[in-house]
Amino acid sequence: MSYASVRPDSWNFPLFLHVLGAMVLVALLAAAAVVLTAALRSDDRAAAVRFAFRILLIGAIPSYLVMRVGAEWIASKEHLEDSDASWIGIGYSVADGGLLLLIVMTVLAGLAVRRARRGGEPRSLLRWTTGLTLLLIVAYTVAIWAMASKPA
Amino acid sequence: MSRYEWLLFLHLIGAFAAMGSVVVFSVLLIGGDRVAGPQLTFLGRRLWDVGGLLTLVFGIWLAIDDYSIVDGWILAALVLWAVAGGTGVRIGMMFDSGSVERVRPLYAVMTLAVLALLYVMIFKPGA
Repeated sequence: MSYASVRPDSWNFPLFLHVLGAMVLVALLAAAAVVLTAALRSDDRAAAVRFAFRILLIGAIPSYLVMRVGAEWIASKEHLEDSDASWIGIGYSVADGGLLLLIVMTVLAGLAVRRARRGGEPRSLLRWTTGLTLLLIVAYTVAIWAMASKPA
Repeated sequence: MSRYEWLLFLHLIGAFAAMGSVVVFSVLLIGGDRVAGPQLTFLGRRLWDVGGLLTLVFGIWLAIDDYSIVDGWILAALVLWAVAGGTGVRIGMMFDSGSVERVRPLYAVMTLAVLALLYVMIFKPGA
């Protein structure tokens, strides 16, 4: 019998929110990375840069909030807020560091939109945003591993 | 890591990819097709290929190891997986062929099936 099968019913909805938010967040980061890469290779990149910026601002940040609120809710249900367990530490580190990176990426994408609109060349901003997006996807994969294996 | 933890990790990676496929198709429908259509279609299709395979293989393995394959919620999940799989593959083909307008009904079915899958996996009704 697995641990998951004996989870109390009252934990299910917070966990559902947490997992759904995390899934949408990671998928939107992947979509943003693809659109940013397309923008880098395109001659007319203003529309693609603006779209990637909107994915991050209107999609990724709200889904981060859903993931994070769900995490805090399920942690309080399980009385894990002050836990020293490694998997909780990894989760909080990736979530909090991830928010900082997400804000930086969104600001960089916003600056790229402004530069592209003025007819400038936002290549370096796009490269940095794409790189940070991929880094964040790797970090979230580590967090998924920690949530699944729950190292002590 | 125990075998259960490995199976759960790989099953979860698959679930993230499967939900990722729905999200990427959503991005395509809200304007992504105009700025990076072929690239996003490629991503959405590959995410379903990987996600569908990993969730099915490691989900069945987990069911045999830790639950029972004939539990109601597992059978419901298999039906939902088949619905999501059938619609997901067709949606990818439609985006590839450029018939975006005909995608929406199938996209609605796939989205509901994948959300219902996540609900069933977490709430395990009847378990």
